[in-house]
Amino acid sequence: MKLSEQWLREWVNPDLSTAELCEQITMAGLEVDAVEPVAGEFSGVVVGEILEAEQHPDADKLRVCKVAGNGSEVMQVVCGAPNARPGIKIPFATVGASLPPGDDGKPFKIKKAKLRGVESFGMLCAQTELQMGEDDSGLWELAADAPVGADLRTYLGLNDQCIEVDLTPNRSDCLSVKGIARDVGVLNRLPVVAPEIAPVAAVIDDIFAVNLRAGEACSRYAGRVIRGVDVSAPSPLWLQEKLRRAGLRSIDAVVDVTNYVLLELGQPMHAFDLAKLSGEITVRMATPGEKLALLNDQEVELTDTTMVIADSDKALAMAGIMGGAESAVSEATTDIFLESAFFHPISLAGKARSYGLHTDSSHRFERGVDFQLQEQAVERATRLLLDIVGGQPGPLLLVENEHVPAIGTVKLRRARIESGLGFQMDDAEVVDILTRLGLELADTSADGWSFRVPSYRFDIAIEEDLLEELARIYGYNRLPTTSLQGDLTIPMREEAQVGLGAVRSQLVARGYREAITYSFVEPGLSAMFDPDNAPVALQNPISADLAVMRTSLWPGLVTALQHNLHRQQQRVRLFESGLRFVGGSEDLGKLRQEPMLAGLIYGARMEESWSSATEKVDFFDIKGDVESVLALLADPASFSFTPAKHPALHPGQTAAISRNGEVVGYVGALHPQLQSKLDLPQPPLLFEITRAAIASARLPKFEPLSKFPEVRRDIAVIVDRQLAVAELAKAIEDAAGTCLTNLKVFDVYVGKGIDPHRKSVALGLTYQHPSRTLNEDEINASVSDVVAALGEKFNASLR
Amino acid sequence: MENLAALTEAALKLVADADDLAELDRVRVEYLGKKGQLTALLKGLGKLSAEERPAAGAKINEAKQAVQEQISARKQAMEQAAIDARLASEAVDVTLPGRGQSTGGLHPVTRTLQRMEAIFAAVGYEVEEGPEIEDDYHNFEALNIPAHHPARAMHDTFYIDASHVLRTHTSPVQVRTMENKQPPIRIICPGRVYRCDSDLTHTPMFHQVEGLVVDKNVSFADLKGTVDQFLKAFFEADVPVRFRPSYFPFTEPSAEVDIQCTNCAGKGCRVCSHTGWLEVMGCGMVHPDVFKASGVDTDVYTGFAFGMGVERLAMLRYGVNDLRLFFENDLKFLKQF
Repeated sequence: MKLSEQWLREWVNPDLSTAELCEQITMAGLEVDAVEPVAGEFSGVVVGEILEAEQHPDADKLRVCKVAGNGSEVMQVVCGAPNARPGIKIPFATVGASLPPGDDGKPFKIKKAKLRGVESFGMLCAQTELQMGEDDSGLWELAADAPVGADLRTYLGLNDQCIEVDLTPNRSDCLSVKGIARDVGVLNRLPVVAPEIAPVAAVIDDIFAVNLRAGEACSRYAGRVIRGVDVSAPSPLWLQEKLRRAGLRSIDAVVDVTNYVLLELGQPMHAFDLAKLSGEITVRMATPGEKLALLNDQEVELTDTTMVIADSDKALAMAGIMGGAESAVSEATTDIFLESAFFHPISLAGKARSYGLHTDSSHRFERGVDFQLQEQAVERATRLLLDIVGGQPGPLLLVENEHVPAIGTVKLRRARIESGLGFQMDDAEVVDILTRLGLELADTSADGWSFRVPSYRFDIAIEEDLLEELARIYGYNRLPTTSLQGDLTIPMREEAQVGLGAVRSQLVARGYREAITYSFVEPGLSAMFDPDNAPVALQNPISADLAVMRTSLWPGLVTALQHNLHRQQQRVRLFESGLRFVGGSEDLGKLRQEPMLAGLIYGARMEESWSSATEKVDFFDIKGDVESVLALLADPASFSFTPAKHPALHPGQTAAISRNGEVVGYVGALHPQLQSKLDLPQPPLLFEITRAAIASARLPKFEPLSKFPEVRRDIAVIVDRQLAVAELAKAIEDAAGTCLTNLKVFDVYVGKGIDPHRKSVALGLTYQHPSRTLNEDEINASVSDVVAALGEKFNASLR
Repeated sequence: MENLAALTEAALKLVADADDLAELDRVRVEYLGKKGQLTALLKGLGKLSAEERPAAGAKINEAKQAVQEQISARKQAMEQAAIDARLASEAVDVTLPGRGQSTGGLHPVTRTLQRMEAIFAAVGYEVEEGPEIEDDYHNFEALNIPAHHPARAMHDTFYIDASHVLRTHTSPVQVRTMENKQPPIRIICPGRVYRCDSDLTHTPMFHQVEGLVVDKNVSFADLKGTVDQFLKAFFEADVPVRFRPSYFPFTEPSAEVDIQCTNCAGKGCRVCSHTGWLEVMGCGMVHPDVFKASGVDTDVYTGFAFGMGVERLAMLRYGVNDLRLFFENDLKFLKQF
């Protein structure tokens, strides 16, 4: 909502500067977004009158004018405007005047000049040259009664500011000068002076019948016929100026007046060309497919949830949104029908938007227009129209149905003010604030009051709404501030829960940076990484590359990798935690939103250093990182890594991560095909695991320490190259007996001296007994059992 | 006996001249060993008279002891020199960087979230989380935002289908918590939220932390105190805080909260659009309709809620000037946190 400060001060004029006024209403919930002067900086410009205009002897497009206004002297001014002619009054920048700065930022000084040999003393101005409007077609023609010689700024009241208020959707009552003035009045405890709106007596008997057939969507409709208007009469300057300062363009006197009433009182109005209407007005829902050409030259096909104003033949206007082109007032109009209706906010909610429209009218109706304002608005508009375009008014017609909203009553308990706001407000102040806001004291009882809610406050229905009004006017920052009191009950804390914080710290300690990528990804990338899981798509994505919900965190991490590689980074280690969205592409009921942890490493194993060779990362680097996270759970036996296939990963370098036999994640090198599609010089290594799998740890359980010595035996066995060492280790653990306390693989060798299909695996077996020293024979027996078992199971031989 | 002095002198000279431990040992054997020259003199004592013997013996022993002491001293010096030489040879350039895996770091949003969580945890708030694809009911209806409410237009919602959205705030977590838990409730709800908006100052995804307190006798004054204390704790400064009336369908009364501009201390600058204030959060007393939808008895309980953008606070705290940097994951950016 934009309005001129002067206009507001005509209604209520507190002793505050512009800045103080803006601060005051901002702190009362009417947030001022911008304050701008209503005209550019200029001085030395007066109201001039062209007395004579002769053709310039040497230039076709220039005229030599004699202009009054600079004191008693008549000045010669050369002017190029097409409308320069004797008799008009125009802004006259006299010699020495300063006009608003142009692109160079410097004020434009008017000097004596010679144009094609003819002397010129000053300049005649268009609107744009004074930064007072958009019309640059010629000289700005001022009103005929403008006082020649008067300072233009004084004459036009240009020492004014345009205040833009960013209203919250609940405050539709402030979408008018009247509404904002009301709040300013309350805040300053000042009376608000509204212009007098007296009923206009009918001169003719003509009425145009109105039927309400849209139920509660339209419960009140006021109309009036005015015959014999002169649409060619221009809007007076004061009217044009008020509209301009509120951000509206002047169209013609009739439209300008309806817009003026919209701004002043908050009632959207419409004027029909009476000659274009047939039969009577009916407010009804549109018939499906009904067509309507709108004022903005758009033709729409209506649905049956759209309310229209129709005559006996067809739809004339989209109710509360926009008028139709055909029935609009035009240059040929002589008789008009004025409309001022109340459309229920719910009936118009979202309607304009569904047609891609948003108008000053729909904005107000969707939020709520005073349902007692209709007659007043018609009277106000009629008076203004009669003054400007003349005509003979008919009687005011008001049609209502049974759905006119009832005036609500809200109770306010004294105790609730204290419990809600933290202090007891003085009774007199409570009543003063609320009645100034327009509420009516309906009843007073021992514990409080009840108030009738004014017809323009759609946001007041319950006690809390009144608390807000009291707080708002009293001042939020004057209200007490206290520390919250509460129970200090100690909550349960599960020690075995491993928080995300610990997991993050572990990865950070291993050189990972945390990334946060968008939860939506490019569909192609999603399909590349996870072809088996169709993603959930957005109906209205912000762009094609952010169109589907991720089924894996890898596409985001790889995109981040590419971003960094393009910026000369060669070593990247990233992790992310967040949800993946799987299973819901067909049926959202089956959607799982699973918290995941994922990581990516790329490039050198270690930061480039004086002390180490620059080896590239491989599978075992990332597996080590994953194992370090799993180690937080202190439950290594529950996890296993098994060879697996994953569409995004290298078939020979992929492990499924399982906990207690259930696959909970994958780790591996990016598939070479994806690597080349993504144009990555080296393969990144990736892991992804469900957060659920790494959330609960094993609690430590003490085992007594053995006082007896450990004995270690090393063996090297030659086995089939394909044999997984984990299987070998499992067989050893099974065969070695209970005294085996540790088993380490300390070497894996393929190459010279070994059958090319076989490999040598060296293992260290550590034995210890809890309560005695193990003897040689026992250990030798266990080792022989191990060797025998491996021989039998895997055809293993000692090296 | 007459050559005792000469022998002693010769031995001491050899000790002094010895270059290494082997040479020193050779000298010891030659003079002090069982067949050594000084030892041999002791054997000659037998030729002396019983009266002469003790004095002569004492002299020889004195000489032997002197030589032995010199040898020991010399040996110790040599050993010390050897240690010194070894230590010198083992010196390293301690200014070279240490070895091992480099250390990574947390995303600034996480860092900020953790800080907020810690501040609220200190006074007993629990962390609650919830789904990001939400149903219309929890994201809107239960929060007093029925279909076609003008407030929906403020949200720029991403739709999955007619009844599912990407949550536009973390408020649905509050609803879910109230549905499942009896008051007193003191929670914060951190997480990703989504709005269909992308420009210099908006990203289609960002993070929020919302808080909810439901208890007996909770007032607007408590809300003001909580918000004020949190902001001062978060910015580690006695920063002026002000409350402006505002509107959210799920709270009544509602407020926007401004802090004095951290960049210009309220004088007015580009960061605060020359107002001297920065809008940092929204808050209010929970609307009775929200309580009713979630089954909280409004005769017994009142409560407040607040919500803030994590990126916004991280930007103010760390001086980040471009929101979009948070989601580019540029290492040069991430390494600064």
